[in-house]
This record gives sequence, structure tokens and C-alpha cells, in this order.
Amino acid sequence: MKFRSVFDIIGPVMIGPSSSHTAGAARIGKMARQLFGRQPKWAKIYLYGSFAKTYKGHGTDVAIIGGLLDYDTYDDRIKDAFRFAQEAGMDVEFIEEEGSSDHPNTARIKIGDDNGDFELVGISIGGGKAEITELNGFELRLSGGSPAILVMHNDRYGAIASVTKVLAEREINIGHMEVFVKSKVKTP
Amino acid sequence: MFRSVSDLIQITKERNIPISEVMIEQEIEESGKSREDIFAEMERNLDVMEKAVEDGLKGVKSRSGLTGGDAVLINQYREEKQPLSGDLILDVVSKAVSTNEVNAAMGTICATPTAGSAGCVPGVLFGLKDRLNPTREEMVRFLFTAGAFGQVIANNASISGAAGGCQAEVGSAAGMASAAAVEMAGGTPEQSSEAMAITLKNMLGLVCDPVAGLVEVPCVKRNAMGSSQAIVSADLALAGVTSRIPCDEVIGAMYQIGQKMSSTLKETAEGGLAATPTGKALAAKIFGSAAE
Repeated sequence: MKFRSVFDIIGPVMIGPSSSHTAGAARIGKMARQLFGRQPKWAKIYLYGSFAKTYKGHGTDVAIIGGLLDYDTYDDRIKDAFRFAQEAGMDVEFIEEEGSSDHPNTARIKIGDDNGDFELVGISIGGGKAEITELNGFELRLSGGSPAILVMHNDRYGAIASVTKVLAEREINIGHMEVFVKSKVKTP
Repeated sequence: MFRSVSDLIQITKERNIPISEVMIEQEIEESGKSREDIFAEMERNLDVMEKAVEDGLKGVKSRSGLTGGDAVLINQYREEKQPLSGDLILDVVSKAVSTNEVNAAMGTICATPTAGSAGCVPGVLFGLKDRLNPTREEMVRFLFTAGAFGQVIANNASISGAAGGCQAEVGSAAGMASAAAVEMAGGTPEQSSEAMAITLKNMLGLVCDPVAGLVEVPCVKRNAMGSSQAIVSADLALAGVTSRIPCDEVIGAMYQIGQKMSSTLKETAEGGLAATPTGKALAAKIFGSAAE
């Protein structure tokens, strides 16, 4: 059963026109902002597939910027997000990509400031739902639907055990866990 | 948890409660939230719908210029002339169109079940408001009843144009609205199910072929037709007309048809109206000017 709540059917409240191209795009932007943890100073947004073809008509651009400004899907400041981005001191650039992507509604977002930057890929999967599928080259699946902890660490013994120990001490159970290794640490 | 329309009807019979109550109780169980919180959340959605209807009737225009202003025209005509289809139908239609025009103009709406099909449910609800004089609680219950039927479709077929064509969006929305209209008018749960079956049967095969890929043409007018059909189906069911094919089997047929539908007719803007000479010319004009 994919749809368990009545509010999946009667909802979400959102700025139009498209649940997938506007609300879902805003959620990708907001997840990027939350993972970054602060207001970025610049953003480069690469759009693929249907996002690249129709983003201006659907307001996908302002929706993503709105998300990067930490707005919700129903925040009507989304319409004027370019102006609010300027006021917040965030430079934004959109790049339409010709190449194909696994999902028709895909955005690659690079954001940063003087203290660092990162890159993620988000997809809008319909009805306003979105997922993050890649972060700094690591594959992942993050929907934002449940509380999640993202830990980036060097590949050392006991790193995961130390995280689960903290959760156990706080009496928190893990519903789902994924682990990825990009490159192994070479032992001397 | 109910999985089918027949489950839903069975529960209403066993417990002697309306469909809206089954949905509310299930939401309490699933979410762990209180009845008051769930009711308040749905009432906020109702407020959003009401505001969208009002905004659209004042006149709006979309970014592309393809849609906007028709709700105003319909309403003026309704007030100045005697509509052929009747005053109630055109009131419903003007409010459905109003909602979708607000959506296309990047206004705030409540997806029911999607943004592109957001006009049918509020159009029918606020159109019936003057006729049936419901309480605020009855209006909120209308949305729970619509949601119950939508949930069955979403779990057994689809509510996404990309997955099932427009039958899954405006078809579902119109079916949900007709079922909820029956409950508000004092019909039985079975009659709600008949209304939904009758509505959906006429929506089967409807493709999703938006011009330039935008949620405008033909989406806005499909909501007009979907909402008017919802009212007619509700009347048929209240008159005692039944569907020879049970509601759950109609939903099953909708799923099968969606599976067989070409991807060019499922929200890719590669077929149907989007691929007509005028559809292509409009797309070129919009994206040509937008690319500046």
C-alpha cells in the first residue's frame, strides 16, 4: 500500500502549477538546503529530462530556489524567489542539460559558500514527492519522509558502531540503513 | 485498513457509519494523531480550496498566457443569461475552472489528488454549498469521503498522469467528487460507489496530452467537464441507477488501460493535443520567448 494517509490524496497544499515539477522541485531544493545546513552563497542547478524542457512554464526554477531559501511547497514567496535570492545574497545559475538521466524529472544541484560546497542529485517522483539519489558522488535514497541521519566519515573500523551506540543510548531504533563506500582506505 | 471500495462499503454497513467516518478513523489509526488534529488539518485544506476558488473568480493569468480568465467569463454568463445546462452545473464548472486557473498562474491550491486535477473536488463542493447548505463539518467530511475513494484508486490503479494518463488524474478527481457529492446529498455509501463507477467508466482511456507539457491545455477545461460529470453521475446514483460493472472492477480496468497506454500519451507532451499543429506552434512560441 503506497498511499496510507488521506492527506496524500487531499493534499499537499502547494503553489501551482504542477505537483511533480513545482512542489517536488521545491522539496528537492529544501532538502539540499537542509543537508547543507545554512544559506548557500551560490547555486548552480543542472536540469535534465522533462525538468530541462519545461522548467520555465512550470516554475521549476523558482521552486528550486524557493527550496534553497528554505521555503515550503505552499510558500507564495516562491513566485518571486529570484528577487528573494538576490536579497539573501545568493547567486543562482540554471543550466539545461541535453544528456539523459535515469528519471525524467532530475536536478543536479551544486551549492556552496566561503566555507565549503557540495553537490547532490534530486528526483521528483510524482504527487509532490521527491528523493535525493546522490550526494557528493555517493548513491543514496533519501525521501525526507522520516527523520534521517546522514553521516559522512572516513572508512575506519567501528565508525558505524559508534553511531548506532549513540542512537541506542537515546532509545532510538533504526528503521532503514544504507552504507556506501566510495574508496577503501589503504592499510600500510 | 480498507483496500477496495467493496471493503469500504462493507465497513460502513457493519458499523453503520458514513464513508467519511471510516476514513477519519483509519487516519487516526495510521497517523497516531488525534481526531481534532486531523480534522483541523483537513479544514486548512478546505480553507485553501475556498481561497483559490475566490481568487480565480476575480481573474488570473498564467505565466505562459495560455490560460486564465475563463472562470470570470463563465460566471458573467451565468449571472446575465440562463445557462442551457442549468445554474448549478455552471456554478460548479466556474469554480473548478477557477481553481485550475489559479494553479496555472502559480497560485496556492490543494492537490486533489494532483495539481492538474485540483479543480473537480472543490468545484463540486463549493458549487453544492449554496444548494445543500452544509455545515463546515459536513464540508470537511466531503473531503474525507473524496479522499477515501481516491486512496483506493491510488493503491489499486494510479493517480498520476505520467503513470496512467488523464483518466488517473481528472478521472479520479471527478469520481471522488461524485462519490462525496452523493454522501453530502444524503445518499447511501452504495450510491456513492455507484456514482464513482459511473463517472470513472466515462473517463476510461482519457489520455494525458498537455500542450508544451504545461498543466494548462487541456487540463483546465478537463476539470470543467470532470466536475460537471461528477454532478450528473451523483444525480444518476441518487435516482437509483446502478453500474453493471462494480466500482472496483472499473478501477481495475482503468489500471489495465493505463498500462497499455502509449507513453507518448502519458504526460510527455509527445502525442494527442500536444502533437497537433497548433499544439506544437504554441509550444514553440512559449519556449521561444521563454528562452530569451
